[in-house]
Amino acid sequence: MAHIKLVNEELPGIVGLLTNRPETAKPLLNLAETLLRGPSSLSSGEREIIAASVSYWNQCHFCHTSHAAAAAAHLKTGLGLIDEIKAGLPNTPVSDKLKALLQIAHQVQRGGKNVTEDDIAAAREQGATDTEIHDTVLIAAAFCMYNRYVDGLGTWAPGPNEAYSEMGERMAHVGYGKF
Amino acid sequence: MFRPETAAPLNALVQTLLHNPHPSLSAGQRELIATYVSGLNNCKYCCNIHGAIAQHQLGNNAEIVKRVLADPDTAPISQKMKALLKIAAKVQSGGKNVTDEDIANAREDGATDIEIHDTVLIAAAFCMFNRYVDGLATWQPDDADLYDKMGEQRAREGYLTAPFKVNRETENLSTL
Repeated sequence: MAHIKLVNEELPGIVGLLTNRPETAKPLLNLAETLLRGPSSLSSGEREIIAASVSYWNQCHFCHTSHAAAAAAHLKTGLGLIDEIKAGLPNTPVSDKLKALLQIAHQVQRGGKNVTEDDIAAAREQGATDTEIHDTVLIAAAFCMYNRYVDGLGTWAPGPNEAYSEMGERMAHVGYGKF
Repeated sequence: MFRPETAAPLNALVQTLLHNPHPSLSAGQRELIATYVSGLNNCKYCCNIHGAIAQHQLGNNAEIVKRVLADPDTAPISQKMKALLKIAAKVQSGGKNVTDEDIANAREDGATDIEIHDTVLIAAAFCMFNRYVDGLATWQPDDADLYDKMGEQRAREGYLTAPFKVNRETENLSTL
């Protein structure tokens, strides 16, 4: 059970929190929609992989599994991508640019000051633009928020990967405006 | 502004969390939580600017801000605020670190569910803002007077108005 009383105790993860407090839900959802589905030269699938990876590094089961399921829905890979992300994508064809951006995201997850000039230079060498670097840092930072929000209030989350299939499809194709 | 598309939802979030009317936590109390977490994350810019905003929201009382940053337990704040700042520190170190006991202690000191919810969310949000500011190695001024002026403006106007233009060479302020 969550640390606070929720209007609907059956809703998992962040969904129960958003339903409980619409005043804060609105800007949180607008931010997710902009970061993950707004105009960008990074595909939504790539951005969801960044979000899911950071959530895995933060050990947030709900955010990792749901955003990995959203990435799988965008990229039509099947739910195997959820465990692939945990393993660091050994069997998924990922561009060198995305690999370099994931390295930046991992540094941000540990702490903003951990991002080095070498990390940025390596991403640029693989063709990353300033906007792509900016958005990667901001997505990684935002999931350090969402993950702490979900876990800090002790929300419940379904266990198995399969339970996130439909949620991932909705996140990918309906979006975050109407959850 | 480098990326107005992302600035809009970020500003809306901080305005909602820290400036808009709240059922029970004052803007000053909420700014103290933001300042304290930014201090724990060693984010100089966020800690200084939100410290200045907190000071102006708390009747220009710089002492409270200084003492909260040094040690919330001995700062001149309510027991409830001390308990909420403990929860905020746990969130900063990782969401799973918040314990049932932390929550029970805050409730014993009179914290409501909305206050606990908003404390967790403010602390979490500043784990984002701090990483965003530091992860992109942004320029962070040193001039205390500059933070005071920016803090006074934000305390008065909130987060949705145009910023002062700062001359980077001299760190002088001029309004746009």
